[in-house]
Amino acid sequence: MTAKPTMIEFRDVQKYYGDYHALRGINASIRAGEFFSLLGPSGCGKTTLLRTIAGFEDISAGAVLIDGKDAALIPANKRPTNMVFQSYAIFPHLTVEENVGFGLRRARLDKAEMGRRVGDALAMVGLTGFGKRAAHALSGGQRQRVALARALILKPKVLLLDEPLSALDKKMREQMQVELIKLQRQVGITFVLVTHDQEEALVMSDRIAVMFEGRIVQLDDPVTLYRRPKTRQVADFIGTMNFLPATLLSDTTDGCEVEVAGLGRCRIAPDQAPPGGNGQDTTVGFRPETLTILFDGQAAAARETPGTVEEVVYYGDMTYYDVKLDGVASAVRLSMRNVPGRPVLDIGTRARVAWSPDALVLFR
Amino acid sequence: MTSGGVLRRTGRSEAATGLAMISPTATYAILLLAAPLALIFIVSFLTDGYLEIIRTFTFANYIEAWTNELYRVVMVRSLLVALSVTAVTVLLAFPVAYFVSFHVDPSRKSLWLFLITIPFWTSYLIRVFLWKVILGYNGVVNSSLLGLGIISEPLQWINYNVGAVVVTLAHAYAPFAILPIFVALEKIDRSLLEAGQDLGESRVMTFLRVTLPLAMPGVVAAVLIVFIPIIGDFVTPQLVGGPEGRMVANLIQLQYLKLDNYPLGSAIAVSAMAIVTLVSLLFLYLNRRYLRGPGS
Repeated sequence: MTAKPTMIEFRDVQKYYGDYHALRGINASIRAGEFFSLLGPSGCGKTTLLRTIAGFEDISAGAVLIDGKDAALIPANKRPTNMVFQSYAIFPHLTVEENVGFGLRRARLDKAEMGRRVGDALAMVGLTGFGKRAAHALSGGQRQRVALARALILKPKVLLLDEPLSALDKKMREQMQVELIKLQRQVGITFVLVTHDQEEALVMSDRIAVMFEGRIVQLDDPVTLYRRPKTRQVADFIGTMNFLPATLLSDTTDGCEVEVAGLGRCRIAPDQAPPGGNGQDTTVGFRPETLTILFDGQAAAARETPGTVEEVVYYGDMTYYDVKLDGVASAVRLSMRNVPGRPVLDIGTRARVAWSPDALVLFR
Repeated sequence: MTSGGVLRRTGRSEAATGLAMISPTATYAILLLAAPLALIFIVSFLTDGYLEIIRTFTFANYIEAWTNELYRVVMVRSLLVALSVTAVTVLLAFPVAYFVSFHVDPSRKSLWLFLITIPFWTSYLIRVFLWKVILGYNGVVNSSLLGLGIISEPLQWINYNVGAVVVTLAHAYAPFAILPIFVALEKIDRSLLEAGQDLGESRVMTFLRVTLPLAMPGVVAAVLIVFIPIIGDFVTPQLVGGPEGRMVANLIQLQYLKLDNYPLGSAIAVSAMAIVTLVSLLFLYLNRRYLRGPGS
């Protein structure tokens, strides 16, 4: 991650649609060669932001820089970016070959070179032999590959992907996620992905910008984003998180002392307690997998709280439990991996739940 | 086996339902369209015996229709007029359809379409008469130009000729051309146009490489819808065409109603229909070439 040049820079980007404020001051840099995701619920402005890079959306104020140049001065058809559209936008009147080679017309290649380049692009996305097919005779996954080949054949500096996997079924989507990561490593260009699927963003991205209501709320790598979300909103959007009310007792440079309802007093390291408000009433959050049920015979943990199993959801590889901890107002969700020999508990079972202050994140 | 039987039964009952549904239309079409056409076809091979039809088979009517200089000239003129009206109408209709589809706010599109159909509110005959008034010797065009001092005496070449027929018909048929082109343009996924630009093409090239080919089915439909009725139009050439603007329908009318030569009139009518069919098939072939979608 060191000293990679900036490929795209947003400088206080604002966008209004009439009275509606769609982008409210976006500041971010996307580095050359990284897989960058814009993640957020629908209507958060992520697609609008992507379209400002492609040149399909004018901005109301601020600047978008592509490879150091002000994008406002470059029309959409001259930008070093190519896009994979959500609907794939495969030209229905052309064959696969003609679709993939669409952007090469201006290069004025001879027939043989054109055929070679199109063949290479089709091979890259695993569609060798599909060149003569009509566009309408393709499945969703194949259309997506055609869209990818058509964009990558022009060797753009940035590939823009607008929810490219949302139309595929789960199996296909997971397969394409892996293929896209591999493809990005292979071609080495900057990928900017728009998605509302937090799992997809975590799996594929080098860095993720989480957007809410026209703003980037947090921009971090997937691990940091998952383990150290900066706001409750981000924590809630990415994965599952339990929230418990807590009272802030002291706040020093080497950590916070909090009293968590039902769990007791503990110390939270500074990086788990992003700065914010100044009241005493705060919330702590923790992921389901950071809690562990201790089975009979297992040694006591440093911190454990007894509770009653209220709900059991069996997923095959994992079992999710909602456990009502003694002294805690609401049930917390925890997950256990189903390793051999580990039983699945029934509803109503009393259980010992171990937890650790390391896994707590403080929101205030 | 059983499921096949069920399928066949279902299929049969669906076919029966379908036939039942179209039967009023079908009856109407057979009695009032197919039967008269068949009659005309038969009469065209019979012999004319002035004021009566002699029931002897002959090709004489067709030989007369295809060799007589007069009929040939009128037929060729009808074709040329129909083709030029079609070309003018479709070329003028395309920008209108494009504007309504691409540049009119979606909530106002239906209002625009409604406005486009307003000419239909008055009868076709009245609209043709209006053009007579506009283009006439003392008409709107001439009196305006005279009043402005641009001309010193009324223009005579603007009325009672082929040009006047083209102008009148192009106006009358404009909505028929605008609507199918509009529908074809509406069906184009707008992201395809963004994709065209994203892949490096300018707006103009994107129009030529994406919009136009995808609008082609609408254009071909417009061409057929305008061309086919125009070649048989006889009101407009009668009213604004003058002696030089007569078209094939006027000739047929002449044979039937003035000269009482039903067999020759029928032969000319059948010949005209054959030519229209041929030209239409050519357009349909073009349509196929441009429509590579499913079902073609």
